[in-house]
Amino acid sequence: MSSRIDVRKTYKLFIGGAFPRSESGYSYVVNDHKGAFVANAALASRKDARDALGAARKAQAGWAGRAAYNRAQILYRVAEVMEDRRPQFVQAVQQSEGLSGSKAERVVDEAVDRWVWYAGWADKLAQVVGNANPVAGPFFNLSTPEPTGVVAVLAPERSSLLGLVSVLAPVIVSGNTAVLVSSYSRPLPAVNLAEVLATSDVPGGVVNVLTGKAATVAPWLAAHMDVNAIDLTGVAGDAALATDLEVAAADNLKRVRRAPAAEPDWSAEPGLEPMTAFLETKTVWHPMGV
Amino acid sequence: MPTTPTTDAPAATAATGSAPGGDFSDVTRSDASLRRFLHGLPGVDQVGADARAASLGTRSIKTTAKAQALDLAIRMVDLTTLEGADTDGKVRALASKAVRPDPADPTCPSVAAVCVYGDLAATARRTLGDSGVHVAAVATAFPSGRASREIKLADTRDAVAAGADEIDMVIDRGAFLSGRYLEVFEEIVAVKEACGPAHLKVIFETGELQTYDNVRRASWLAMMAGGHFIKTSTGKTQPAATLPVTMIMLEAVRDWRAATGQMVGVKPAGGIRTAKDAIKYLVTVNEVAGPDWLDPDWFRFGASTLLNDLLMQRTKMRTGRYSGPDYFTLD
Repeated sequence: MSSRIDVRKTYKLFIGGAFPRSESGYSYVVNDHKGAFVANAALASRKDARDALGAARKAQAGWAGRAAYNRAQILYRVAEVMEDRRPQFVQAVQQSEGLSGSKAERVVDEAVDRWVWYAGWADKLAQVVGNANPVAGPFFNLSTPEPTGVVAVLAPERSSLLGLVSVLAPVIVSGNTAVLVSSYSRPLPAVNLAEVLATSDVPGGVVNVLTGKAATVAPWLAAHMDVNAIDLTGVAGDAALATDLEVAAADNLKRVRRAPAAEPDWSAEPGLEPMTAFLETKTVWHPMGV
Repeated sequence: MPTTPTTDAPAATAATGSAPGGDFSDVTRSDASLRRFLHGLPGVDQVGADARAASLGTRSIKTTAKAQALDLAIRMVDLTTLEGADTDGKVRALASKAVRPDPADPTCPSVAAVCVYGDLAATARRTLGDSGVHVAAVATAFPSGRASREIKLADTRDAVAAGADEIDMVIDRGAFLSGRYLEVFEEIVAVKEACGPAHLKVIFETGELQTYDNVRRASWLAMMAGGHFIKTSTGKTQPAATLPVTMIMLEAVRDWRAATGQMVGVKPAGGIRTAKDAIKYLVTVNEVAGPDWLDPDWFRFGASTLLNDLLMQRTKMRTGRYSGPDYFTLD
């Protein structure tokens, strides 16, 4: 029996490519599915959300300005680094969700595969949802998808890794940047993912991870005039909060991806909707034959 | 708290034997006496000044006090555009914004002044009309100050004739740094005369003065020469306005009032971009110079981007939700 003392961890937030403590100074205890202590996580405050938003805003133009092919490479790199850290993610999923070893491995596989799947979409999205429109005049008329801007993402409460990747990857693949509020009770896979993002060529600020309560942080993000869209998946099942957030988001006509009644089955193929929810269509008329 | 005592000025005047009560004609009689006086001013404890400024920056101003501070800060802004690429259109847009910074909110106060190059002062004047917002023009070969005295004076007269109420002049830093204080003094006096009824702000460009001691000396020099305002920087060099430098200038105007009974204004310019920074300055004004200076007549911010942040914070206080830069003009 080893007499080694446990290393008790206190995780931090991920904002603008750095790992700061919460401005509030608070952290909270994260337990595993049986109620045993696992680690402390930072409890994000509304000021942290503003800082994260600032970082996301700053990073947005540069990220959207990269070639789609380059974004694909970076998302693929995320999958690579996650694959390298498989055991860590399997353990985090087991602790958080109480899955058996083989089931947790399958979840991590699917999460890595989902990054690869979305990476492939980066330079194909414009071909599928863009269009050359037929018009009655001597013009080329082209519609192309453009990113919406900064998206606040409330990650699912139960599916701590696969659900998380399934809401984050479609937001950033098209050039949006994200302020992500992780699951409150199961934040560790999100913290581990932040460490992966920090080491896989994703520019600082493109993804910002806040651990904490959606009920405290989300209303500020929903009402903030500088947030362009919000994904309410994380408040699935809490119809009252979802309604409040939709009302708050209406002030600046934010795009809202509405909360489902219950968390969906994340292992199903996502389809295009998660990506197209955060796109704008730009249409240009170009004179023909000049 | 390491700070310089309020008795600086009497001590200094006593040390150099000049008459108290605002008569500095003995001091300014010759280069030697001026140098003796300025170098006889107590030195600034640099570490102490930095520490005090930093500690003043930690005050937390919230709720109604913050709302009041934001409105005051807006009223103190000299909305500035000093680019080679300035056009009549840009100055007109800026002047309209100066009068009504937030068109969505009629209770939002106007700023103090619009600060432009001399050749655009007339445009600003026309747009501002009788709104009460002043026109400030930079003159005397701004920002370098490298021109002959005749040209500087002509530059000043030209701006005043074009309708400027306030002239922002730069001192000759070369002369100041090489110790030709009388030359700098006489130049300020001459420019002040050329200003006529217009107020004179004297820019030191503290980023080029090297030491805090020099900032204190320049402050006294400009006040003795009759400047209505002392201003930190042109905004064209880095570092521009910093909190410690502004604090030292505020100490100087406080001591000047103790010695002469006259009030002189202070204007930090350049590098103040956020409402939070602005509030730190207001705290410093209140603590160092006193509440009498918390007025647009005696304290100004030379800034362009600051105004939008103040407006965003103000909107947040009013509506309860954070605002974004998309809802305010780019300038």
